[in-house]
Amino acid sequence: MADRILKSISTRGLKNAVRGSQYKREALISYGILIVGYILLQLGAATGMIGHNLQGQFVPICVYASLAVSLNLVVGISGELSLGHAGFMAVGAFSGILVSRIIGFHMGAEPVILVISMLVAAFMAAIAGFIIGIPILGLRGDYLAIVTLAFGEIIRNLMNVIYFGLDDKGHLKFAFNHPIEGIENSQRVITGAIGATGTKTMANFTWGILLCLFTVFIVLNMKNSKQGRAIMSIRDNRIAGESIGLDVRKYKLMAFVVSAALAGMAGCLFGLNYSTLAPVKFNFNTSVLILVFVVLGGVGNIWGGIIAAALLTILPEAFRQFADYRMLTYAVVLILVMIGTYNPTIKSRINAMWSKINPMKNKDKKKSSKNKKTGKEAA
Amino acid sequence: MKKTWTKFAVVAMSFMMVFALAACGGGSSDSGDAGSTALKLGNTGPLTGPAAIYGNAVKNGGQLAVDEINAAAGSEVLAWQAEDDEADGEKAVNAYNKLMDDGMQVFVGSTTSGSAVAATEKAFEDRVFTLTPSASQVAVTEGKDNVFQLCFSDPNQGVAAAKYIVDNMPDAKVGVIYNNDSDYSSGIYAKFKEEYEKSGKKLVAEEASAEANTDYQAQVNSMKNAGADLVFLPTYYTPASNVLIQADKVDYTPTFFGVDGMDGILTLEGFDTKLADGVMLLTPFIASAEDEATQKFVKAYKDAYGEEPNQFAADAYDCVYAVYNAFQETGLDASAANDEICDALVKAFTGGFKYSGLTGADMQWNEAGEVNKTPNAMVIKNGVYEPVK
Amino acid sequence: MNFLTNLISGLSLGSVYAIIALGYTMVYGISKMLNFAHGDVIMIGGYMSFIMSMYVGMNAWIALLVAIIVCTVLGITIERLAYRPLRGTGSLAVLITAIGVSYFLQNIALLIWGANPKMFTSLFKGMGALKLAGGQLTITPESLFTILANIAIMIGLTLFVSKTKAGKAMRAVSEDNGAAQLMGINVNQSISLTFAIGSGLAAVAGVLMLSAYPVLMPTTGAMPGIKAFTAAVFGGIGSIPGAMIGGLILGIIEIFSRAYISTELSDAIVFACLILVLLVKPTGLLGKKISEKV
Repeated sequence: MADRILKSISTRGLKNAVRGSQYKREALISYGILIVGYILLQLGAATGMIGHNLQGQFVPICVYASLAVSLNLVVGISGELSLGHAGFMAVGAFSGILVSRIIGFHMGAEPVILVISMLVAAFMAAIAGFIIGIPILGLRGDYLAIVTLAFGEIIRNLMNVIYFGLDDKGHLKFAFNHPIEGIENSQRVITGAIGATGTKTMANFTWGILLCLFTVFIVLNMKNSKQGRAIMSIRDNRIAGESIGLDVRKYKLMAFVVSAALAGMAGCLFGLNYSTLAPVKFNFNTSVLILVFVVLGGVGNIWGGIIAAALLTILPEAFRQFADYRMLTYAVVLILVMIGTYNPTIKSRINAMWSKINPMKNKDKKKSSKNKKTGKEAA
Repeated sequence: MKKTWTKFAVVAMSFMMVFALAACGGGSSDSGDAGSTALKLGNTGPLTGPAAIYGNAVKNGGQLAVDEINAAAGSEVLAWQAEDDEADGEKAVNAYNKLMDDGMQVFVGSTTSGSAVAATEKAFEDRVFTLTPSASQVAVTEGKDNVFQLCFSDPNQGVAAAKYIVDNMPDAKVGVIYNNDSDYSSGIYAKFKEEYEKSGKKLVAEEASAEANTDYQAQVNSMKNAGADLVFLPTYYTPASNVLIQADKVDYTPTFFGVDGMDGILTLEGFDTKLADGVMLLTPFIASAEDEATQKFVKAYKDAYGEEPNQFAADAYDCVYAVYNAFQETGLDASAANDEICDALVKAFTGGFKYSGLTGADMQWNEAGEVNKTPNAMVIKNGVYEPVK
Repeated sequence: MNFLTNLISGLSLGSVYAIIALGYTMVYGISKMLNFAHGDVIMIGGYMSFIMSMYVGMNAWIALLVAIIVCTVLGITIERLAYRPLRGTGSLAVLITAIGVSYFLQNIALLIWGANPKMFTSLFKGMGALKLAGGQLTITPESLFTILANIAIMIGLTLFVSKTKAGKAMRAVSEDNGAAQLMGINVNQSISLTFAIGSGLAAVAGVLMLSAYPVLMPTTGAMPGIKAFTAAVFGGIGSIPGAMIGGLILGIIEIFSRAYISTELSDAIVFACLILVLLVKPTGLLGKKISEKV
């Protein structure tokens, strides 16, 4: 037993040494993708090369990318399966919309309203993350997955019966389980299942990229901090982590709450991008969608998640002409990709094919063989 | 790092493979590229997902009208393109933007309210004239001078139903079962309650359920226990059919009173229409109406799509004709700019333009974008609609 | 009397959840994967039965048999094509694949049968309801037969797993995959058999559920699937009696919260109860305690 713990600790040390240089590379690629992507897309939009359809997706792409990054903190870095990320997004979206309406009643400076709304959204989502984090601490694996799923459904159900209104004097009105009576339609802020209406849209691509950069900054720093290393060592070997005195509960909860807060911010920006938003948007399917981004981008890989989110948002739109076959295709592609990248036999074949056509094969091969040893043990 | 690239290579490869297959199998995509003489109408609606029935009905109804007009004109004067929005605000904005990329000039959408609120916000900014066939929520038209509704708004339906019940059935003990997660249903319910209680009476029972829910036992029992002898059902026909089935199981036989979404219950595959006997509803359109226009439309629709048209299809059909007639009044041709068309159509619609179609005679619009037409009270007898008395 | 009526419909709904949950729990037990496509197998079963009785004109019971056979084959095929290539690659990959299969089944159904809902004809059409206590307590044949079917399936399955050779092999594979293989048990066959039984039961559950709540759409299976999954976890995933108890408790909670608390919040209450149970018993009511070896 002691033998194994020693071994796992020593590989951890080795891994962290490798991670030091990896961290810089990962940060470089992640920020690079965001900034280059931003410049290219803005140029494309300014010169008219990018149509309405793609331009309209800029903000959602940023939101999904930052959701993928924040979920990676739980799934990739902390190694827990979460099926309720859309729930935190919902908390952030609706609290952010509410705050934006309240402040917007008194003042007009959009950037100020947006920033305050996002901060409140992050705070509310963090509280939700903390509450749901407590029962999660004692659970493991698939049980944790079901609790996050249940939580997502509870949030959505609660949103269906919550009513907020803002009367002409700027007083906030609240009702639970029945509509607010005696106010004008335009004074309703959140109306149960109809959701938020009359939201002033103030999100744009620049805010979206700022959100992504902020999220990546937080997650990367957390990943590379002392706490981050503790979280990853718990993921790789919980008992070994515990035995050297790591407070497993504290670190797990920390990752969970930070991830929830970031999801809340993303949800807020999403909410402020549309004049209306219904709770049904935040159902199980949306949670799964974000998880798919994470898995396709490579669990734990920050920039992979960003690219996967962008691709999987754009592709279904790009293939609109296939109409009825669109979602079917999505399903088939999902299955094929999973089998193609995880099945050992197929994976090795594709790798062999890839290295034949890859121009950087020599450079890459050396590195990958070096990393492979440590990578294997981490899995 | 390499692993991730491999994965994206697989994603790209499988997408290409599957789309190549799909293109071979079902290359029936309709091109929106008509000649420059055609006025391009666009619609977004749920063509997939749980609400697909409404989106497809609008898509087909609109297509039918466009085909008819083009055939009558002898050349392509209208083009019709419907995009899928899955009844989701985000997708609706994407679909709307796609239509704009394809050169849409008039927006006949969206089909569902939630989508329409999000998409018409864009249409308002872009100055694209909008006439929605079926998005009935008030927020769709509110504050947008170029957005009009062809269907009743939810409040108007609720008010109409409450007035009808107060005037014609003053002694009834009224209960309501509605879908709280449907903007349509809860919108009508809220106004119905408000208007009904203005008459000094109270509802004896109010119960809600999610639209996808199929178990109405608790709700029906609550109505029964409260002694309601008239149950108002401001829902679409699928939930309504569940309520009827459940009521039959517990031998509960009040008068059920529906709204326009109830239409379709008689053609629901597998549904025992005997259960719907005596159900009343206020609706602008019924497929079994005897007038010539409806008969012609129903026959053409059945021939083309193999099923009975519902109210959504009729709304879309009327929308296309209304837009076309008004457009002809303006004297513009299809090469005009979007904002020019928009201003001219807004002027026409608010300036006394009248249209008589399947879903109402002499429809007129006010500045708020709401339509003025009278719903008909119908009762179901032996599987067919009959006008009340 | 109201209380009794609600209790019976709770038991009936719970029985449906229990039968679906069996599929989840057995598959989880043997291959440690969450088969999220299980709910959609119910929907396929429903459509098969509907098509066979409405279009082909079969007797409802024969149509049910056809549905069971189709679902069994479907279950085996899904396992063979989508899940087997990923065996042993970690639960995340299989989970996403299962979700892909679920989307696939829903969209295939949409393409074939369209989006219009269909009203399912009850399997027990024409049978009168049982009236007790002078007509105050009504038990519908749907409720009665669903509860009976649940009991029969439970007994049958327990006997099968504990007495027959194939059942014992399944248990062995659940217990320790590697050791079972060394003992000469055909693991692939055992897993296929589990999927076959689970999917066949899903068809039964689908027809029973649709007999009581008759709306049939491509998304019909999704929510019952999630609820049944919840039930399986509630009772302790991997445990057959656990699935039964979990399903029944869930059904009763759902019906009672609808009747006495709030129809809008019944789902939220169900899920909140699940979280509470897991707080007290982290592996569900009858779940095995996972002892961790160092």
